[in-house]
Amino acid sequence: MKVKMAVNGTEHERDVEPRTLLVFFLREQLGLTGTNVGCDTTSCGACTVLLDGESVKSCTLLAAQADGRAVTTIEGLATGEEMHPMQRAFREHHGLQCGYCTPGMVMAAVSLVNESPDLDERQVREGLEGNLCRCTGYHNIVAAVLDAARSAREGAW
Amino acid sequence: MIPAAFDYLRVGSVDEAVAALGEHGDEAKLLAGGHSLLPLMKLRLATPAVLVDIGPIGELSYVRDGGDHVAIGAMTRHHDVHQDATILRDAPLLSTVAGKIGDPQVRHRGTIGGSIAHGDPASDLPGAVLALGGTMVVRGPGGEREIAASDFFVGFLETALAPNEVLTEIRVPKATGGHSYQKFVRRSQDWAIVGVAVARAGGRVGVSLVNVAATPVRAAAVEAALSDGAGAAEAAERAADGLEPSGDNNATPEYRRHLARVLTRRGLEEAGL
Amino acid sequence: MSILGNRVLRKEDPKFLTIGGTYVDDLPLEGAVHIVYVRSPMAHARIRSIDASEARAAAGVVAVYTADDIDLQPMPPGAPFANPAMARPWLAKDVVRFVGDMVAAVVAETREEAVDAAELVLVDYEPLTPVIDPATAEGAETLVHEAAQTNVALRIPEDLANVGMLPPESVGEPAGLFDGCDVVVEQKMMNQRVAPCPLEVRAAAAIWEGGRLTQWATSQVPHSVKAALVQLFGLEEDAVHAISPDVGGGFGAKTGGYPEELFVAWVARDLGRPARWVETRSESMLALGHGRAQIQEARLGGTKDGRLVAYALKVIQDSGAYPAFGAFLPFMTRTMLTGVYDIEKTAFSNVSVVTNTNPTVAYRGAGRPEAAAVLERMVDMFAAEIGMDPAEVRRRNMVGRDRFPFTTPTGTTYDVGDYQGSLERALEAAGYEALRDEQRRRRDEGGPVQLGIGLASYVEITNGLPGSEFGSVEVLDDGRARVRTGTSPHGQGHVTAWSQLVADQLGIPIEDVEVIHGDTDLVPRGMGTFGSKSLQSGGVAVYQAAEQVVEKAKRLAADLLEANPNDIELDKAAGRFHVAGTPSVARSWAELALASGDEGLSAEVDFTAPGATFPFGTHVVVAEVDTETGRVVLRRIVAVDDAGTMLNPLLVEGQVHGGLAQGVAQALMEEMCYDEQGNPVTANLADYAFVSAVELPSFETHPMETPTPLNPLGAKGIGESGTIGSTPAVQNAVCDALAHLGVRHVDMPTTPIRVWHAIEQARRVR
Repeated sequence: MKVKMAVNGTEHERDVEPRTLLVFFLREQLGLTGTNVGCDTTSCGACTVLLDGESVKSCTLLAAQADGRAVTTIEGLATGEEMHPMQRAFREHHGLQCGYCTPGMVMAAVSLVNESPDLDERQVREGLEGNLCRCTGYHNIVAAVLDAARSAREGAW
Repeated sequence: MIPAAFDYLRVGSVDEAVAALGEHGDEAKLLAGGHSLLPLMKLRLATPAVLVDIGPIGELSYVRDGGDHVAIGAMTRHHDVHQDATILRDAPLLSTVAGKIGDPQVRHRGTIGGSIAHGDPASDLPGAVLALGGTMVVRGPGGEREIAASDFFVGFLETALAPNEVLTEIRVPKATGGHSYQKFVRRSQDWAIVGVAVARAGGRVGVSLVNVAATPVRAAAVEAALSDGAGAAEAAERAADGLEPSGDNNATPEYRRHLARVLTRRGLEEAGL
Repeated sequence: MSILGNRVLRKEDPKFLTIGGTYVDDLPLEGAVHIVYVRSPMAHARIRSIDASEARAAAGVVAVYTADDIDLQPMPPGAPFANPAMARPWLAKDVVRFVGDMVAAVVAETREEAVDAAELVLVDYEPLTPVIDPATAEGAETLVHEAAQTNVALRIPEDLANVGMLPPESVGEPAGLFDGCDVVVEQKMMNQRVAPCPLEVRAAAAIWEGGRLTQWATSQVPHSVKAALVQLFGLEEDAVHAISPDVGGGFGAKTGGYPEELFVAWVARDLGRPARWVETRSESMLALGHGRAQIQEARLGGTKDGRLVAYALKVIQDSGAYPAFGAFLPFMTRTMLTGVYDIEKTAFSNVSVVTNTNPTVAYRGAGRPEAAAVLERMVDMFAAEIGMDPAEVRRRNMVGRDRFPFTTPTGTTYDVGDYQGSLERALEAAGYEALRDEQRRRRDEGGPVQLGIGLASYVEITNGLPGSEFGSVEVLDDGRARVRTGTSPHGQGHVTAWSQLVADQLGIPIEDVEVIHGDTDLVPRGMGTFGSKSLQSGGVAVYQAAEQVVEKAKRLAADLLEANPNDIELDKAAGRFHVAGTPSVARSWAELALASGDEGLSAEVDFTAPGATFPFGTHVVVAEVDTETGRVVLRRIVAVDDAGTMLNPLLVEGQVHGGLAQGVAQALMEEMCYDEQGNPVTANLADYAFVSAVELPSFETHPMETPTPLNPLGAKGIGESGTIGSTPAVQNAVCDALAHLGVRHVDMPTTPIRVWHAIEQARRVR
């Protein structure tokens, strides 16, 4: 079946099996390998992308369900050479080590702050409950998101 | 990780969905948000031959003030149930519960109809709708019918929905007298080990228990004790009456009964009793 | 101003943050076939037959292999000195020995086709009695390996004493071990099996071109992968090219040559096509090596006034079905037996048994967390028994800072330490006295939520295995520097850290330093990255190579400037060499590199550390326990860790944070469970309690720096410290919270049900 969607601002149309999950569509059909697969029970969030601006776990959507929609992956977050404030914050706070959870974590955080930039530590931790990381212990990720949220409140986004 | 192959149909209306279910029988499953069904399919615990995608049915996503009740379209996402102003005002238990399902990504996709129709006793919304004494509106080839929540959850992953019926709306009586959802988990994104939902409307208190039986259950003995004038602590002692919960890696039956009592007491207290 | 010791942001990050890393499954491999392994659903069974005919005929299937189709010798045990009869077949031949044991390999054009076809492989199993409980494995009637005639894979110290690796006195318990003890506390406890759960599961890919094999793998040790493949195929060294691209975490579990990974190369050769395998998470939960899994029986004796006199530890190590490195780890437990304390008399014994479960391997700490966990728990129990503050018992028994180098009763020589310093620092940072006051107040109030304060002081061993590490530095004609390192970072930030070392020595800006790792064609030799060894071995090698490059450059500059090399100075800020006193006449790095001609301007070092180093610290955890439900909430985690001189405190903190999370998770919630039939109960990330951000507070880290004399950087290894101290600190906090209710001990993980049971049991007794 044919599916067509805008990914990072560009329209793509491909012929896929109905069972093709969105994460595999992005990775294999479009070559956008930044989004990762970390589990098979919708637990880890490494596959998180934005669907019409809202975070979703792309492993638990059929590509068909994104038909006609707009998807944003990690590759679409920066503006040219300029990193998004969330990406910058992750770097400044050492919020990544092996990098595997990072794209999903960043996208989940962007969605979280976009929905409500007025966040305290507890709300950030709860907002990231769907994203697992084994390397960082979350401490620096939380610091990064709080910093990025502050800059969003100040209008930097 | 890879579901078994299936045929895919996309429908734009409830009637089309009903027709598709009628045509394919029990080979077909509805796909709403997909966050109950797709995880099972990825592990090949479910292998429907046909998926009927009702995602495009926009008119099933709504929240309406029905006077003495709130009507919620079956395709309304958890995220929207959680934030909706009418629900927050008139049936706040649902908002609280919807906000505790899974994680933000899941809440952006999962729907109230999908969760209710799936009938998992460990799910949060079935228990909440049961505590509120809600009604499911269902459409089949013969037209519409209403099923009370107390009749809807029949068994483990089994509801009163016929194979060719589509859940279209969930109606809950307004309940603004106090509420609580005590969701006991190991880890924030998990299913409840035990959950207790409390909703008060006028003098009535609805209490239901999550993950203590094959379906969500009303804590009838607790409700009876309360209407007999018992206080929260005393009534809560009855929470495990008649329960034979199962054991698993997180809890023994005895521990579930204990949690039911403790969480019921806390839920009643939080609801102002 | 040196860049060393600064919080330099990582050079690695922009790529990971904008396009993501390049992991094995991201590699474009034109025409690659996909491999899916068919695994046993039974813990112990005889294979009556395998019918792959339907699978072979399925759409897109290129081949299906079973044991009969391959001519590979079983892999010898991955644990040194383990019973050689417990070899691991590549594909199960007559018997399957754990749920997840590989039975067949299905190869197809696409991943989907391989998964579909794998379901069509029909295996007829005849169930055998499974051996699941390590406590009874030694005496069990059923043998996991018939040919071995025993379920014992290894005895420590006996088997090591037999080959002279340990002295004969290490065997058995000396008579009168507990003489002179007023008090002896005894406890049996579990250091439970856990799953390492790196976010990236295992994957491997292979391609043969003109008789040369290129293998990519999610490995912490690419040069070991190469060596394994050279041996497997009987090839020349230069016929194998092993690459670890970006790897999404390892934690020790990605250091062994798993048959799944190496077999990919075999398939690629057999079919004459590139091949790729990527496991699913559920598969990884079954078959990526597990960690810990020790049953411990401890006795700790001392005097009424708090002097520890004697300590005996008996361990049963669960090796799983095929003894891998996990079977050997009790040796590390023994190595660190007495921890930070001066305990004169000890006894240790371990039996590593096989069971019908997944093999155990190294997992963050690898044998040392097990040592610290039991010892620190016992110290708290001893303190409770004699009615002394657990901080005071620790204080009184710690090896004093003037006693180093200090040799323990198990023959381990600690380089340098300041254990009391770490204890006082941690207690002060935590506000210990105020916490005890709050605890008293809450106990008096008798509310349902009680406070527990848990301490743990630890010392651990890093870079303890023999070997050298390679590092080279070359200055290129454009003035940039190129580093080749034998380490294999997968999150540790070596690219940034080694750039700092080179920038510091050479005065070449860190952004102009390229660091190459993880590729055996580009790096001639290497040990890889594990065991917190990289900075103190590979980092030093790079540092020394950089020093040598500076010396060479000085000699070259001297020639060019017609001066004495002793008069040549390197102006690091400018990156130029000049004669002392005449800075205007200078040569840049680029000019010197050009002038070096064919010889080039470079140096290589193979650095062998003179010995292991011993990071140490003290952790304090504050926990709140809901005594009505058993739920534990961690309020504060205070960590004082000393791994010598810190090259980049930002990276050090990150390692401590990650270690803390894993250590805390083991104490609080994680456990890899099997039922009595050997079926894994926690076989995916929904059922396995992988800790999330909600269960953890922000950490309070207080680094200390007591440089080691054992290398010029003064550096030990920080990677595992966080894990080692935090696990017992959490467990002690939970037990401390319940002590007034009569609870003596709660095993890990301190899940709500376990805590509640302990409270109920104590209540019934009272």
